[in-house]
Amino acid sequence: MFVTRKVEFSASHICRLPDLSDAENATLFGPESSPHGHGHNYVLEVTLEGEPDPVTGMVMDLKKLKDVLEEQVVGPMDHRFLNLEVKPFDRIVPTTENIARNIWDRLAPLLNTPATSLARVRLFETPDLYVDVTREAL
Amino acid sequence: MLSLTRRYHFSASHRLHSPLLSASENAAVFGKCNNPHGHGHNYVLSVTAAGEVDERTGLLVRIKDLDRLVDEKVLHLFAHHDINRDVPEFSGLIPTTENIALIIAGLLQQSWGGYLDGAKVHLERVHVQETERNGFEVVISAAPVINEFRREGVLVHA
Repeated sequence: MFVTRKVEFSASHICRLPDLSDAENATLFGPESSPHGHGHNYVLEVTLEGEPDPVTGMVMDLKKLKDVLEEQVVGPMDHRFLNLEVKPFDRIVPTTENIARNIWDRLAPLLNTPATSLARVRLFETPDLYVDVTREAL
Repeated sequence: MLSLTRRYHFSASHRLHSPLLSASENAAVFGKCNNPHGHGHNYVLSVTAAGEVDERTGLLVRIKDLDRLVDEKVLHLFAHHDINRDVPEFSGLIPTTENIALIIAGLLQQSWGGYLDGAKVHLERVHVQETERNGFEVVISAAPVINEFRREGVLVHA
């Protein structure tokens, strides 16, 4: 059984490689490379797989899931400039792909438990663009 | 596993009608979609690319390249057109959303390498939403080849 919880955070970022010219960065990243950065309302959907506990009827206590998402993602990233304030985006480009993978790495150790496993992280940068990181076995 | 999904919008008209069926059979099978003069929808197309991220750029695919592929090979054909009459792929093929999704998957797959040269990604899914309530998805590994699909003759005009 799968359980999905959604959270939102707003952050700014800039996608460029310092060794490339403005024109080269624009070719690679398009308007995402605009020099002073820009922001998005990111929407994160986190999907866990597990079986309901026979006593509580829950796959995971949603309060616990909410707390993990708050501590690992919303707290550190909401209303931040990712490149300047959130590691590792001081050295890797905060593309949606990299942010989604980083969120996976933050969550997996806490959500992979004897009873549950992290199945998917879906990160919307806009309503028309999202990235999925999915557990290999799915 | 990493995938990126981009959503596109197009408006088009169509009519569902098979020459192999009588007027009343057509009305029974296709309902309002059999209306003689056709009708339109605001379709939402989601295209999913899956593969490996370029570790230098952090990109799975350059959005600009994906947008150009979808724009030139799909949206130009469909947007603000009558699918039955204006899209050559539907000569002899009924433009159900199932068929629209399959044809779009075929069109994208045909030109994929030419537009996304160098990116280590493959076309994984094509999803077409006809209305808020109807959506159809082609998972590429499981999809029949378009020509085979046409040959199978699902309501093909002669």
